[in-house]
Amino acid sequence: MKNLMTGNEAIARGAYEAGVLVASSYPGTPSTEIMEKFSQYKDVYAEWAPNEKVAAEVAIGASIRGVRSFASMKHVGVNVAADPFMSYAYHGSNGGFVLITADEPNMFSSQNEQDNRLYAKHAKVVLIEPSNSQECLDYMKYAYEISEEYDTTVLFRVTTRICHSKTIVKSGKRTIPEVKQFEKKPEKYIMVPAHSRERHPQIEKNLEKLKKYSNNCPLNRFEMGNTSVGIICNGISYEYAKEVMGDKASYLKIGFSNPLPDEMIRDFAEKVDKLYIIEENEPFMETQIKSWGIDCTGKEIFPICGEFSPNLIREKLLGIKPEISHGTNLQAPSRPPVLCAGCPHRGLYQELKKYKNKAFFSGDIGCYTLGYLQPLEAMDSSVCMGASITAAQGFQRGNEMAKDTKYKAFALIGDSTFFHSGITGLVNMTYNHTPVTTIILDNSITAMTGHQENPNTGVTASGEVTSKIDIEKLCIACGIKDENIVTIDPYDLLATKNALKMGYDSEEPFVIIAKRECALLKPIIKERENMKCKVDPEKCTFCKSCLRTGCPALQIKGEKVFIDESQCNGCTVCLQVCPFDAIEKVGE
Amino acid sequence: MTKNILLVGVGGQGTILTSKIISKGLLDAGYDVKMAEIHGMSQRGGSVTTQIRYGDKVYSPVIEKGTADIIVSFERSEALRWIEYLKKDGFLILNEHQIQPFTVTLDLSEYPENLIEEYKKKITNFKSYDAFKIAKSVGNSRVMNIILLGSLIKYTGLDDIDWKKVIQESVPEKFIDLNIKAFTKGYEVI
Repeated sequence: MKNLMTGNEAIARGAYEAGVLVASSYPGTPSTEIMEKFSQYKDVYAEWAPNEKVAAEVAIGASIRGVRSFASMKHVGVNVAADPFMSYAYHGSNGGFVLITADEPNMFSSQNEQDNRLYAKHAKVVLIEPSNSQECLDYMKYAYEISEEYDTTVLFRVTTRICHSKTIVKSGKRTIPEVKQFEKKPEKYIMVPAHSRERHPQIEKNLEKLKKYSNNCPLNRFEMGNTSVGIICNGISYEYAKEVMGDKASYLKIGFSNPLPDEMIRDFAEKVDKLYIIEENEPFMETQIKSWGIDCTGKEIFPICGEFSPNLIREKLLGIKPEISHGTNLQAPSRPPVLCAGCPHRGLYQELKKYKNKAFFSGDIGCYTLGYLQPLEAMDSSVCMGASITAAQGFQRGNEMAKDTKYKAFALIGDSTFFHSGITGLVNMTYNHTPVTTIILDNSITAMTGHQENPNTGVTASGEVTSKIDIEKLCIACGIKDENIVTIDPYDLLATKNALKMGYDSEEPFVIIAKRECALLKPIIKERENMKCKVDPEKCTFCKSCLRTGCPALQIKGEKVFIDESQCNGCTVCLQVCPFDAIEKVGE
Repeated sequence: MTKNILLVGVGGQGTILTSKIISKGLLDAGYDVKMAEIHGMSQRGGSVTTQIRYGDKVYSPVIEKGTADIIVSFERSEALRWIEYLKKDGFLILNEHQIQPFTVTLDLSEYPENLIEEYKKKITNFKSYDAFKIAKSVGNSRVMNIILLGSLIKYTGLDDIDWKKVIQESVPEKFIDLNIKAFTKGYEVI
């Protein structure tokens, strides 16, 4: 059966066909749809974990048990999962174990463009890199065979263009291999120093065997054309190079990239006149190939930063710039992403921004990160998942030590991020008694990545109803006093204002839970379908107070504001800030 | 010969559903098809694009500058960002509907005037209309995307594909009639 699939869908299909029985993941662009798709298959156990470390450990536990498993995550998620990933590399595997990393050259939705191929070398595990959706499916099957045959973790690395491009896939049947027995083997499964000292030399020996495999496996292949130009490439770069050069060049396509196929590479280098290494981001292959004394060109002409394109390769290899036929001096208006119309975060930021000159807003990762943008501008830092609460604590302690308390520290964190890695920060806050006000922006979903369930939603990845963790009680269990916790509806600006004042004045660890469901949730859209706000043009003085909430439903015609009814959900934030009562609520 | 279609617009306008329908039709007709999208952060009201390539054998999922056979701009100003991708005799189909970003309403950025005149002057194969108005007349402002799809199909010359059937298979049952009406309108309007 032939279908168009994204790389992510094909990875899920490949895992399914390979007989994966247990999988765990935390959402993160561009990896999210792997688990979304996998959880729809029958006869699998699929879950959203609160973070990537948990996801990797659940998958590892299943591997120890003898079943095939995977954990999928975005590239920075591997940093969170690095501890189990690095350690389990010494264990090897029992049931095949694959860690899927979705890297993001060009950072469409990420804070850095770290190249996780380096992790494979660091952990001494196998690295596999497909170039299109068909290979995503096929290579996942290879990954499990390799993991079990060679007693190793496989790091399966894709990039945004592979994850989110749809290409034709021929899918096959599912074959579940016989589940392996679990045998108690402390020397394999308990990494105390005595065992680790035994395991490390094993891993090194294993890498030698894997190098032989790499030189003889179908994932690395020659595609010989004209031999005046030879190209060693991986992932999406292969597709771009083929697009540009066709059979005017020869290719060594690398799909199994740790350990690299050294003999194939030497052989290929001898066959071609001029050798290029085309790989996005880090010179992962190039550095190794050059260290073997092979003459080649790579990062001398191809950039480390950003993603490649056929345009770039055409220009660098052939010196041909694109033929631009249509140009204009007119510029499109800047259109950055924005908090949606009706977004519950807007009401909170609308009040919070009033503290801009006397508070430090330690932010986190989610839709609410957009609160740093004009016109709200109520976020001052964002480091990584969970860093809001902890960084706010450090800032506040820094204030005290510097004897300068101009900026009171606030932490801003979403519900999913709080479960991801905010809880330990809050424990540290109360344990070390630091007067920071933590605002939990609870929209009851993991929103930015496209609405995934989390421990706050009461529903699992496969749609089963489960226990819902009460954030307020959890904060109290973390040591926040009853009187220092307040829950508000951020659509209610007065209540929000009052809560923020309490938080600002508090000299103890304080929590505000701003609770209101994401406006884009299907039941919420339906519930609020007919709720709108409307501007009375007679009363509108064009003072722009409403526009300063940054709501995208607010549009201008002449010297008046009007509200785009297709976007508006009647949240009334604009109505509440209008000094002239020019906005009214219509519909129920 | 590989053909390139570029859909550009604002997050939430339904470019993804449109590209899904196109690529399904192309797949059923036996073409090799690749399609590139960007999900995630930029979807939140930001500028979005979907690229579709089809032919006998397609390698890159992304389109090169100066090679797009057709650009469909779902919003009046968004085509400006991608105009360099249009090939010499390529078509631009433009929705005249305007969505002002907050940068414009707050005077942080300018929404260019006389856009339509500029496009007309620069691009021989240019067609535009207000798909929002037509969508409203069909009965729902959300079918703007399917109206634009109808216009696009007219210019691809892919008339031998049964697009109505593809639409039927791609949208929820209760919206089939509405979407087919929208498709026909879009096909006839240019």
